[in-house]
Amino acid sequence: MAGCRFYAGYPITPATEIMEQMSRQLPKVGGVFIQMEDEIASLGAVIGASLAGLKSMTATSGPGFSLMQEHISFACMAEVPCVIVDVMRGGPSTGLPTQPSQGDVMQARWGAHGDHPIIVLCPSSTYEFFDLTIKAFNLSERYRIPVILLADEVVAHMRESVTLPPKEKIVIEERRKPSVPPEWYIPYDDRQTDVPAMPAFGEGYRYHVTGLAHDIRGYPTTRNDEVGPLIDRLFNKISKNFHLLQWFDSYETEDSIVTIIAYGSVARSALHAVKEARKKGLKVGLVKLKVLWPFMRHTVMTFLESSAKVLVPEMNMGQLSREVKRVNQGRCEIVTLNKADGTMLSPKEILRSLEDIYP
Amino acid sequence: MKEHEHLIYKYLRSSKKFPHIWCPGCGIGILLGALIRAIDSGGYSKDDIVLISGIGCSGRLPTYVDFNTLHTTHGRALTFATGIKLANPSLKVIAVMGDGDATAIGGNHFIHTARRNVGITSIVINNNTYGMTGGQFSPTTPFGLKTSSSPYGNLESTFDICGLAREAGATFVARSTVYHARLLEEIIGLALNKEGFSVVEVISNCTTYFGREIGLASPVEMLKWQRDNAVLVEKAKDLRDEELKQKIVIGVLVDRKAPAYHELYKKLIAKCRLENDEI
Repeated sequence: MAGCRFYAGYPITPATEIMEQMSRQLPKVGGVFIQMEDEIASLGAVIGASLAGLKSMTATSGPGFSLMQEHISFACMAEVPCVIVDVMRGGPSTGLPTQPSQGDVMQARWGAHGDHPIIVLCPSSTYEFFDLTIKAFNLSERYRIPVILLADEVVAHMRESVTLPPKEKIVIEERRKPSVPPEWYIPYDDRQTDVPAMPAFGEGYRYHVTGLAHDIRGYPTTRNDEVGPLIDRLFNKISKNFHLLQWFDSYETEDSIVTIIAYGSVARSALHAVKEARKKGLKVGLVKLKVLWPFMRHTVMTFLESSAKVLVPEMNMGQLSREVKRVNQGRCEIVTLNKADGTMLSPKEILRSLEDIYP
Repeated sequence: MKEHEHLIYKYLRSSKKFPHIWCPGCGIGILLGALIRAIDSGGYSKDDIVLISGIGCSGRLPTYVDFNTLHTTHGRALTFATGIKLANPSLKVIAVMGDGDATAIGGNHFIHTARRNVGITSIVINNNTYGMTGGQFSPTTPFGLKTSSSPYGNLESTFDICGLAREAGATFVARSTVYHARLLEEIIGLALNKEGFSVVEVISNCTTYFGREIGLASPVEMLKWQRDNAVLVEKAKDLRDEELKQKIVIGVLVDRKAPAYHELYKKLIAKCRLENDEI
C-alpha cells in the first residue's frame, strides 16, 4: 500500500514472515522479490533497486541488522531512500531467537559507521505497524534517508484485528524528481533545498553515486569546503524538520505525578499498569513514543517538567533511558526498569515498580 | 587516432574530475579504453548503461565516464547491480571489480550472482594485489610471494577467477590481458551481448606494488611478461598440463545458454498477475 515494489532479504527469525509475505504478494503487483545470500547483499540490492526508481525495503533481526550497518551508512551518505525493518530479538550475538527484546535501540541510532542522522520508528500494535510502515516509506522518500522500523518480537508476532483506513485517506509520498533538463541537473544541489531531486537510473540524468564524500556534482572530494557543507546538509534535512517527527500518544498525563515513558510492546504493558494504578487512586500516566530517533527531546521535556518521577521500562539493560536522563538535566527523578532475559515486561511488573516509586 | 579522440569527447566526463587517480603505467586505463570501445561499437545508449564498481583502484573507474555510475562498497558491487537489473531489466548493467574486491570480500556475492545468472556483465581486473592499500597479498597473489602483508612469503594458494565463475554458473566466461587490448575489447563486446551473467577476467599490471614485488619494475616489462606468458585458448588445447600451469589462457572459456534470472522473474510476474486478475 505504501508503494513498495522491491524486497530483498535473508531468512531470520523472527522477521521471516515479512519476507514470505513479500515473496507471495510482490509479483502479483508487478514488484520484485529476491532472497539474497546474506543481509549485506540484501540491503545492497535494496539500494540498487531504489536507485533504479523502485520503493524498496528489507526486514531482519539483530544479527542480520548488524550485517546491514555497512549499507545503512552507504544509504545515508548517498541519500538513497530505503526502509529497513528490524524485529528485535534477545542478544548479544545469536542470543535468543524468537524471544523479545529492545536491545537494538542504540544500534539503530549509532550502528552505522560515521556521523549521520537517522529516522527510527517504533510500533506497539499491529495497526501502528501498518501505519508506521507507510510513514516510513513517506519519510524515506521525502528526506532521501534510510528509515528503520524497530519492532520487538511481541509486536511482530502479534495478531489482532485492525480497521484499515480507506485507500483514498492514505497519504503516499513520492521522491521529488528533477524539474530541469539533464544538462542543467546538479545531483546534490544544495542551493534551493536540503533534499536534492533524485532521478532514477535510466531516465536520462546520468549522474554519479558514491559512498565517498562528494561535491554537489556527486564526484569524490576531500576539500573541507565541500565536505563540511555536505555533512551539514545531511544533518539539516532532519534537524530542520524535527517538529514534523513528534509522534507519540499520551494517557492520563494531565495530572500524573509519576509518568511512564515507554515504546513498543512495553508501552502496552505500561498502559495496562497505568489503568490498574489509577483504579488504586495513583496519579500515573504514560507517554508512548512512536519515533525513537531523532529523539523527541522537547516533547519528553514537557513531561519531565510536569512529573515528580519518570519511569522508563525497557526490555534491555537501559538504552533509551540514557537519552531521557540526558534530556532531564535534573528536572525530575528518573527511574529505570530493565529486563533482558527473553521474557516481556508484564503489566504486573510495571505496576509493582509504579507502586514502589510512587511518592 | 581521430576516432579515439571522438570517443573521449563522447564518453569521458568533462567536469572537474581529471586527472584520474591511477598511477602512471597502470593497466586499468587500457581496460577502460577497451570497455568504452566495446560499448560504442555495441550501439548502446549512454542512458541505458549502468556502470557499477566496488572499492579499490578499480572502484574509481565509473567516476570518469558519462553513464549512470555507481561507486558502491567493498566487494558488494554485484549486490547493488542485482537490485538495479531486477528493478529495471532494460538497463545494461556492468560491474567492474578488482581481484580482492570480487573474490575475497565479495567472493560470496560473486558466486551467488553467477549461480542465479542475473543479467550483469562483470569485469574483474586482476592485478594480483591490493594496490590502493599498498600491495598486500590478495586471493590471486602467487604462493610464496613476499608482499607488504606477507613479509615471509604468502602461505595461501590462489583462486582461478574464471574457473570459479564457470563452476558457479556464469553463462559467459572469458579472459584477456591488458596487453591484448583488441582481444579484450572483443570479449567485452561478446559479454555485453549475453542475457545472463557474464565474467571477463582482465589480467592487469600494478607496476607500483605488484611489479616491484615480482621484480618487474616497469609497466613495459610487465606488459611484455603478459605478452610472453599468454596463450590463446585455441592453442592451449595442444599444451600439456605442466606447460599450462605457467601460462595465462586467454580467449572465450565458457559460452553457454541458460535462462537469466531477470527473465524468469518477468515470466513469474506475468503469471502471478494473470492469476491475480482471475481471482
